[in-house]
Amino acid sequence: MERQTLARPAPAARAGRRILTAYLFLLPALLLLAAFTFYPVMFGTALSLFEYDVITPPRFVGLANFRALWTDRYFWIALENSIKYLAVVPVLQGCAIVLAIWVHRSTRGLGWLRAAYYLPVVTSIVVVGILWRWLYDDAGLVNFILLRLAVLHAPVHWLASPGIALYAVMFVTLWKGLGYYMVIYLAGLEAIPPGYAEAAAIDGANALQQLRHVILPLLRPSILLATTLSAISALRVFEEVYVMTSGGPVYSTYTMFYYMFDQAFGALHLGYAAALGVVLAAVTIGLSVASFRLLREGGLSYY
Amino acid sequence: MILVLLAVATAFPFVWLLATSLRSSGTVFSFPPVIIPRPPTLANYVGVWQTMPIARFFLNTAYITGMGIALTVVVSALAGYPLARMRFPGRDLIFYAIVGSLMLPQHVGLILNFVTMMRLHLIDTYAAVYLPSAASVFGIFLLRQAFLTIPNEIEDAARIDGASELRVWAQIMLPLVSPALATLAIIEFSAYWNSFLWPLIVLKSPDKYPLAVGLLYLSGLFAHNTRYVAAGAVMMTLPMIVVFLALQRYFLRGITVGAVK
Repeated sequence: MERQTLARPAPAARAGRRILTAYLFLLPALLLLAAFTFYPVMFGTALSLFEYDVITPPRFVGLANFRALWTDRYFWIALENSIKYLAVVPVLQGCAIVLAIWVHRSTRGLGWLRAAYYLPVVTSIVVVGILWRWLYDDAGLVNFILLRLAVLHAPVHWLASPGIALYAVMFVTLWKGLGYYMVIYLAGLEAIPPGYAEAAAIDGANALQQLRHVILPLLRPSILLATTLSAISALRVFEEVYVMTSGGPVYSTYTMFYYMFDQAFGALHLGYAAALGVVLAAVTIGLSVASFRLLREGGLSYY
Repeated sequence: MILVLLAVATAFPFVWLLATSLRSSGTVFSFPPVIIPRPPTLANYVGVWQTMPIARFFLNTAYITGMGIALTVVVSALAGYPLARMRFPGRDLIFYAIVGSLMLPQHVGLILNFVTMMRLHLIDTYAAVYLPSAASVFGIFLLRQAFLTIPNEIEDAARIDGASELRVWAQIMLPLVSPALATLAIIEFSAYWNSFLWPLIVLKSPDKYPLAVGLLYLSGLFAHNTRYVAAGAVMMTLPMIVVFLALQRYFLRGITVGAVK
């Protein structure tokens, strides 16, 4: 009975049924995305125009939150630190590219090498933070090795000096992210036909010239993707800082995301936190557009 | 050669962590660094297990991870299917909206997600941890690509038998995309197992903490006993490393699929 109605329904009913089936399949995903992605991003942006502390209803304040940001000392500190943090991007990408090229060339033990570099990527940020807090300690291994090699004369307070802490945390981001970006570049390298570099070598190009004129231009889609991803996460850096320095010493590692987190979940100034989020989003979008322009329309056109 | 040295340097902190956790005395700050503890002992593990609710943290993490993976995989597999194999009005629009949502500033949404969880009275529940990430854009994209590669003949044969769409999906299509399902499951395993920020925000009572949040507490509590902290860190990391080493192939495939987008 059921089977017969399925086999020969009227064409319009069949089409309606087909559309319904498709949407039923999509329903859970669409509901979840609407509730936890589209709705919060839209209304979160709007919230930046309100004052809201969860307990009393939101009160419209116009651009007051943004005006308050302008004269907020901590906002400028956080913004400066987040932008400084971008310094990790070129270093990280440079190292990842070089590493990927090396790993790609070496045929022996490829799997193990890749695994070793990838290990920090799959490790919890809490474990990474604890490990590096020990390594960076005054009596830690980093100081020990550098003192032994006579690079240093006295131990450096890596995480306790306002001038150094941010860069010390950046190094951890580098260590943790290297394997991830290396894998992206390895995939890009695998897509390059081996003949290209060989042809350049036959034409008398040395290794550096091959890299500059053959490999890097062909890797450009991967570079664009990885640079954008890494810049976005650098601007939003939070977890490393939270686990290792809690924003200190004296706000030297206090970032935009950290400030937003404090304002939203500590002080319950949700409107103000949203305004911080909107500024961070604006910086991120501006930067992504710039990097797309730069890397797509750069002089190394090959297609 | 340099490569091997660098790899050893990268992996060294893990070896050192493991060695510290197996030592019977001393701290992490002894020189030269101890790599082979003599004699190795499991006393630190026993100690941490007895003084901290590590077992509880493990169960919490396992539950959140399990629910998270199951939901994400099912939701992605359901949504990817019509996007790849059915024709219906609005399909392309929905697909672009889903993929385009990657460009939205998710951190702005974080604040409102917290408010939503309060409104739903889900603060301090496990559901609050895994629900917001259950619809994974990456997962939907990955599964859609996998469904696209299935030849039409297989589907037509099933349809002639008069099977319902849900049965075609569950019995014919899903087994054919099992590598993609495995890739997604493993990527999500590492995401949920290590998730830290969001549980920190929505969980209030320590007996619901996952390992990542619990471990941070542990490290504050036992600041003087680095061997205990090391043991806790190893316990948290080991399952992840074992899964990673065993299923490396799927992991790396997951990243590169994401990268070819």
